[in-house]
Amino acid sequence: MAGEKKGLVLLDYWVSPFGQRCRIGLAEKGLEYEYSEQELLGDRSELLLRSNPVHKAVPVLLHDGRPVCESLLILHYLDEAFPNSPPLLPADPYARAQARFWAAYSDKVYEVGTRLWKLRGEEQARARDDMVEVLGNLDGELGDKAFFAGEAFGFVDLAVAPFTPWLPSYGRYGGFSVEREWPRLAAWARRCAGRESVAKSLQPPEKVDEYINVLKKHCGIND
Amino acid sequence: MSGAVKVIGAFDSPYSHRAEVALRLKGVPYEFIPEDLGNKSDLLLKHNPIHKKVPVLLHGDRAIPESLLIVEYVDEAFHGPPLLPADPFDRATARFWARFVDDKCSKPFWLSLWTEGEVQKGFMKEIKENLALLETQVKGKRFFGGDAIGYLDIAASGFAHWLSVLEEVAGVTLLTDAEYPDLCRWVKEYSSHETVKQCLPEREKLLSHFTARKDLFVSAVKSMAPK
Repeated sequence: MAGEKKGLVLLDYWVSPFGQRCRIGLAEKGLEYEYSEQELLGDRSELLLRSNPVHKAVPVLLHDGRPVCESLLILHYLDEAFPNSPPLLPADPYARAQARFWAAYSDKVYEVGTRLWKLRGEEQARARDDMVEVLGNLDGELGDKAFFAGEAFGFVDLAVAPFTPWLPSYGRYGGFSVEREWPRLAAWARRCAGRESVAKSLQPPEKVDEYINVLKKHCGIND
Repeated sequence: MSGAVKVIGAFDSPYSHRAEVALRLKGVPYEFIPEDLGNKSDLLLKHNPIHKKVPVLLHGDRAIPESLLIVEYVDEAFHGPPLLPADPFDRATARFWARFVDDKCSKPFWLSLWTEGEVQKGFMKEIKENLALLETQVKGKRFFGGDAIGYLDIAASGFAHWLSVLEEVAGVTLLTDAEYPDLCRWVKEYSSHETVKQCLPEREKLLSHFTARKDLFVSAVKSMAPK
């Protein structure tokens, strides 16, 4: 495309767990890219609006100027467009289906978590119950394994790890402790945090908690 | 891998149809196991414990829930005409719009049918805007997939067959030739396709099935409304 920037550009936001999925994926594959921090609380950039007109959201991966949207789709795209780099998804079709299922399921952590810090009263209580169910299901799927697919860090670990710095905050709003209720999941989170690609991409829980307070103010929530 | 292929599904579910049409397009013989969603079977609950929904694909001792995951699995596990495009960017685009159908179209579509007044107007506006966006993907093409039916056609298939039946039951008009010429043309192409026709439920049967449940849908939607 004439005039389009060559190579990979990631339109992202510092604390976005969805963006972090892509950063981890790019690092695991050893791919060079330009990171482009986007404005989400203020006006969105023209580039973001042009690249993702439907959702106006990050992350967006630009490859030679062409946009790919949605974190899990970006990860699939990276595997398919860069087949000579280490694969993020397993090769076997059934393993791929299982990986896709749990990666997509984990989106609920953020969805439900947002309801948890935003809502109060009965609605917050419902969000708490939903979060307990989601984390219980993830813990059940992990079981006693080191990682979701077994011995090695894989697609589901990559998809879920970015939500881990949010869990202490969700725990405060929901009145639960991940460490106490789901120790295997807590241990898995520490295991992932020790991986370089993950450590470099995630924000510490204190920064995430600060950010939730910023979002609360932005929504007019004052407690 | 070998092993019997079965679909746990329901005749009135467009999601169940996605699984069946994918298998038929790929040329994979299968057994259809109808599920009574009002009284869920142990088989379903065993193989889809998280969501407890149809369809579920059984392939030997493997169980795959979620219709779009099933379509991708069928494409990857069996030989036959490809369902997803070859090019990575085109694949990403097809997947994006399939998710758009599920995440942005199903709910406002359903709610625009069973609500009334200003609330209904709001949902109708939303679904009409989103159908217009979806339509851009089939403009100038026979199918969303190009010359042949593909992944996005399968994902959008609910709008090809179920939509007009539900419009009739609800007394609502969403898709007109005048406003959506490309989408309406695609509806005809999709529903008259030789392979698709084999697993589309009979229109009259679907019509009477949904008509009998109309009051149920209306009251369920009312109870979902924020208090």
